[in-house]
Amino acid sequence: MALDKNQMAKRIARELKDGWYVNLGIGIPTLVANHIPQGIQVTLQSENGILGMGEFPYDDEVDADLINAGKQTVTLLPGAAIFDSATSFAMIRAQKVQLTVLGAMEVADNGDIASWKIPGKMVKGMGGAMDLVASAQNIIVCMMHTNKAGESKLLKRCSLPLTGVGCVKRVLTDLGLFEVGPEGFILKECAPGVSMEEIRAKTEGRLVVPQGVKEMVV
Amino acid sequence: MEKTVANADAALAGIKDGMTLMVGGFGLCGIPENLIGALVRNGVKGLTCISNNAGVDDFGLGLLLKQRQIKTMIASYVGENAEFERQLLSGELEVQLTPQGTLAERCRAGGAGIPAFFTPAGYGTEVAEGKETREFDGKMYVMEHWLRADFSLIKAWKGDTNGNLVYRRTARNFNPMMAMAGRITVAEVEHLVQPGEIDPDEVHTPGIFVHRIFQGSNYEKRIEQRTVRQRA
Repeated sequence: MALDKNQMAKRIARELKDGWYVNLGIGIPTLVANHIPQGIQVTLQSENGILGMGEFPYDDEVDADLINAGKQTVTLLPGAAIFDSATSFAMIRAQKVQLTVLGAMEVADNGDIASWKIPGKMVKGMGGAMDLVASAQNIIVCMMHTNKAGESKLLKRCSLPLTGVGCVKRVLTDLGLFEVGPEGFILKECAPGVSMEEIRAKTEGRLVVPQGVKEMVV
Repeated sequence: MEKTVANADAALAGIKDGMTLMVGGFGLCGIPENLIGALVRNGVKGLTCISNNAGVDDFGLGLLLKQRQIKTMIASYVGENAEFERQLLSGELEVQLTPQGTLAERCRAGGAGIPAFFTPAGYGTEVAEGKETREFDGKMYVMEHWLRADFSLIKAWKGDTNGNLVYRRTARNFNPMMAMAGRITVAEVEHLVQPGEIDPDEVHTPGIFVHRIFQGSNYEKRIEQRTVRQRA
């Protein structure tokens, strides 16, 4: 069975380390906040100007002046800090944020990522993604393995305009967890019940399947 | 120095077709609602607008887009505005998409007298096309230029008549840098107070950057994504 969104978020949450500052992108990455393991303290950074972002507010706590980068209403945890956008990206470029988790339209087996534009069809803009991927030491892309047309999103080369070059270190899809190495996508864990054949068939980029790949615990 | 003006319309005195404007806000959070309303009433057009987003179809800068008052938009993210995307794809609107951190830093640079700087964001992508690149300590960077505006339109929570500003929560976002980068910086505030009522230690934007200030009214503060949790 392919992973559902919450299982993907849960798997990524296990990569978190105590004391980290973490930036979670829009979509599935946002769900990671719901699965932070017991005993681990991480501080969530939102690039519109928050360190120490908390949960969604109760209905009577909603504050129009307090949103995350996905424009969702949020709360602040005790000890949170608010700052302007230049300061926010200063801490991102200066690598004070230990982990960035973001979505993508395509990832290539050389670590390139495309996430902001389909020429002639769709333009969302890059938002903060280009700044994040250019600077983060540790980037996990979290996305579905194939697009709506069933085509692989793990490619030899990105076909869409790039967000960053050679920057993606790890990719979690609904089918498995991959590391990006010199030989391409290295399968580290496969989703429970997903066959190697399915992963091979749905991965257009170079794929390495080491001996004894484990099934993911979710 | 007393900088108070009567209202949003008076605050825009001298604005002309073809000018470059910075407009604070992130999504609909921290946008100068009263000043945007005054721009719509004024009808000024051919504007270049620098703002992280372009509002939504019927609020924020979306109102100016609908009236076709904007010729060029410099922004980082346009995802929530269908009319923006339509004008962009059809070529009616010139759009310069800029990485968000680069946009913030370009505004800051404009307000700080720094004509250009190098950033790693966008290296190797179409954002870097035609721009100088350079290696520093083994990593490649793209040269980006400052941004400055004829008018910067700022929203703050509190301000005094000298122009000292205090922002609230994430409504701060781009406002402080844009306030620095305006030839004429206009601030609308929810609470206009007298000098001395803001603790100098708590001023976010010193009044030297602000030329005109007024207390806004009828704030709608529309929420794009109202997300809540249930009480157990």
